Amino acid sequence: MDFQLTKEQEMIRKMVADFAENEVKPIAAEIDQTEQFPMENIQKLFRYGVMGMNMPREYGGAGADDIAYAMAVEELGKKCATTACVVASHNSLACWPILKFGTEEQKNKYLPRLTGGTIGAFCLTEPNAGTDASAQQTVAVEDGDSYVINGSKIFITNGGVADIFIVFAMTDKSKGTRGISAFIVEGDTPGFARGKLEDKMGIRASSTTELVFTNMRIPKENLLGQLGKGFNIAMATLDGGRIGIAAQALGIAQGALDVTVNYVKERTQFGRPIAKFQNTQFRIAEMEARICAARHLVYDAAHRKYLSMQGKKISYTKEAAMAKLFASETAMEVTTKCVQLHGGYGYTKDYPVERMMRDAKITEIYEGTSEVQKMVISGQVMR
Amino acid sequence: MAVDVNSYKNVWVFAEQRQGNVMGVAIELLGEGRKLADAIGCELCAVLLGKGVEGLSTTLFEHGADKVYLAESDLLENYTTEAYTKVISDMIDEYKPQIVLYGATNIGRDLGARIAARVDTGLTADCTVLEISEDTKELLSTRPAFGGNLMATIACPAHRPQMSTVRPGVMDKAKEEKGRTGELVKVDVKLADSDIHTKVVKIVKSDKPLVSLTDAKIIVAGGRGVGSAEGFKLIEELAAKMGGCVGSSRACVDAGWIGKEYQVGQTGTTVKPEIYIACGISGAIQHKAGMQDSKIIIAINKDPDAPIFEVADYGIVGDLFKVIPELMKSYDNVEELMAAAK
Amino acid sequence: MKIIVCAKQVPDTTEVRIDPVTNTMIREGVPSILNPDDKNALEEALKLKDQRDDVTITVVSMGPPQAKDMLKECLAMGADEAILLSDRAFGGGDTWATSNTIAAAIQKIGDYDIIFAGRQAIDGDTAQVGPQIAEKLGLPQVTYVQNFSLEGDKVVVERMLEDGYEVVESAMPCVLTAIKELNDPRYMSVKGIYDAYGAEDPVKVWTLADVGIDPSLCGLKASPTKVVKSFVPQLKGKGVMLEGSEKEMTDALIVSLKQKHII
Repeated sequence: MDFQLTKEQEMIRKMVADFAENEVKPIAAEIDQTEQFPMENIQKLFRYGVMGMNMPREYGGAGADDIAYAMAVEELGKKCATTACVVASHNSLACWPILKFGTEEQKNKYLPRLTGGTIGAFCLTEPNAGTDASAQQTVAVEDGDSYVINGSKIFITNGGVADIFIVFAMTDKSKGTRGISAFIVEGDTPGFARGKLEDKMGIRASSTTELVFTNMRIPKENLLGQLGKGFNIAMATLDGGRIGIAAQALGIAQGALDVTVNYVKERTQFGRPIAKFQNTQFRIAEMEARICAARHLVYDAAHRKYLSMQGKKISYTKEAAMAKLFASETAMEVTTKCVQLHGGYGYTKDYPVERMMRDAKITEIYEGTSEVQKMVISGQVMR
Repeated sequence: MAVDVNSYKNVWVFAEQRQGNVMGVAIELLGEGRKLADAIGCELCAVLLGKGVEGLSTTLFEHGADKVYLAESDLLENYTTEAYTKVISDMIDEYKPQIVLYGATNIGRDLGARIAARVDTGLTADCTVLEISEDTKELLSTRPAFGGNLMATIACPAHRPQMSTVRPGVMDKAKEEKGRTGELVKVDVKLADSDIHTKVVKIVKSDKPLVSLTDAKIIVAGGRGVGSAEGFKLIEELAAKMGGCVGSSRACVDAGWIGKEYQVGQTGTTVKPEIYIACGISGAIQHKAGMQDSKIIIAINKDPDAPIFEVADYGIVGDLFKVIPELMKSYDNVEELMAAAK
Repeated sequence: MKIIVCAKQVPDTTEVRIDPVTNTMIREGVPSILNPDDKNALEEALKLKDQRDDVTITVVSMGPPQAKDMLKECLAMGADEAILLSDRAFGGGDTWATSNTIAAAIQKIGDYDIIFAGRQAIDGDTAQVGPQIAEKLGLPQVTYVQNFSLEGDKVVVERMLEDGYEVVESAMPCVLTAIKELNDPRYMSVKGIYDAYGAEDPVKVWTLADVGIDPSLCGLKASPTKVVKSFVPQLKGKGVMLEGSEKEMTDALIVSLKQKHII
């Protein structure tokens, strides 16, 4: 197993780290308070090629590999989980399924936009179809050269800011999961409406909304993949998406540890920096070890995905689920410990660990809860 | 390119003037130049360029110049690299000085570098110490490098003149001697419009309050611990009370809390006031490089291990937002305190 | 329009530490970076390239082979071409010798309209190479540029002074040296990184023979200045740490200053 990063990956990390430090960190606390979507930074990330970075050159992407992508999300996550979330959702959940399952016409039409400044979103979850994604109530009915879609989606990341949506709907209820299909929907389609912005615990500046479809007419050429294959597309997309969320969680954990290391060196109690106490030292050691373990799982999953995309017969379903399970629980544990090491200050908004702890929680929930990850992992182990 | 070094004589200083005012650093150069000329046993000469600036020669004589080379022309009214380079290089060719010193101002550094390339000699930038070697009578110039982490002493053995730019504020100003005179040499200026390819369209003086950190007797400087642009108000208050100037570490300038002209340190201004009060400055080596020669350094910092305490004469570990208000009170109560101390 | 940018790879001097035992500079582990002012120089060229279709940017640097990394960063930011002047014969040169080498290389590239350089490099802080390249190419120069615009066949710049700034017009070609105030440099782009740092090395390396300069004009031997000695500056010893409450400390301080006739 080769643990050596390529020069390109190292430089992507440096570049995104610089960007995160200078552009993202200064507004992270503010947008958490105001819930203002960081549009200016996201547009800059389009210009620097981070949005859609894995897409091939011919579609306007940078052709970046999956480890570089995971590192980019991680570096953003260190400073601002919201920004990491926007980038991860766009890349993994909107760009990727079009690249993987789209026709040449669909790729030529949508990918240059998704690498050029248009944000994408993935619309699977419904009020009654969360972990049980097969319980889709959104319906698509064939009508001439179109499908007419009715229904609603909730908790859609980038919902309020995206213009290209991957929408899942039942095309044949009688077939269960085999009756679900995927569609590419544009935000200006008649019958498409955005609902209210969720008021969330964390990642507060990400745009999470409800979407409502009323007699929304989608041309047949916007069917993504084969009819009835939507559930497979959703699951395959989420396999990759989990790597992005795992990277985001990894970034949150590392970011919290970084600021905590600085804090414990500065904070004096009983006449010496709290870093001199063994309790602090042991906690820091435990966190560092966990984060490094999480990083290996994340990069391993990313690398396997890269090989798979290169045409190798290799699966990353289990690895992505393990990376997300472990990294998200690491983020939650590490941020909690970091708040504890900060004491009372850590409970205030004067220090970023308070926000990081709130942000960490979502990584155990979205794109499959920890429980779902365990189902996936055990399913793979015991097949 | 090596030359007969013995054919070069005398110490020159470039007497930079802006809008008819001699820059403070020129007087510092005269002070230092005097020492060098005496160590060698030669004359100290000032080089004065401009338009209608002959009157400034009196100041230069009174501060130790034995000779003033005066070049006047309409084309020398405002500094341009090409005109000044041509005139001074021609003078160097004609009169062959062994040492030429420039103030390390934005103009002096621009000019010195260009002249050095024109007359094919070495130039040592931003010197803080100048000495004459006892045996060879060569100029030895010492300057900081690597962000002040290293000092290097540099000589120019085989080329003449030996040239250095000298950091403003580092050398002692020449003592004024009223009525002292010397020889005024008016230089024939051979310049044409076609020698100059740049044009100064206008000169804009900074509308910010003029910070003369180099001349300040007391400097109250704020660092990262000040926390914000707002935090500098307290620094200003203390400076005003003590009749001093406000300074800053680079961190605050980079953070945009205060202008670059307030920056003390390796990439800012070098200062050596009577009292330097460092508030919330950790004391990175780059900062210390610019202030460690201050006569008395007082450091206020929350972190008892802050490197600033290594150079401090007085150290106060504490929150500057609590210490400074107390310090101002103590300052006001100085008479009572003295009475009580007796 | 052809723009040449002069850049240098430097140790990040803010990361340099002194070994307290040996009293020597610790160079190990100090990252090498693109010199900050040079980054501003490159950014100004890139801005011009953003505005006009006819701009090409060539970055020139003199340094050891590992300076390629820095040049790749310039390419990843958007420069078109990068040339590293690397030869043992160039090593150890002072500004006079270094500017000979770089000026000769620029002459060989030829056909330039503007040469942008950083005001100074953070390892040497001399601010001399830019002006000396200008002299050796016989070009006008404006140093400390804080604002730049192109107006017809001339450039109009603001040159920073300690007490304000002046507006200067210059004919082209010319040498301009950039300061931090000039702009906010962009980051590398993801695409740029893959192109610059990939398997195919885009940096051209020119040796003494490629530059075609007389070896007696470059490197340590040709340098008029010689380093006689170098040393780590001595810091003053520990002073008095005041103790007590804030009031007790400040009272003691003021009394001590007064007693010593400092205030």
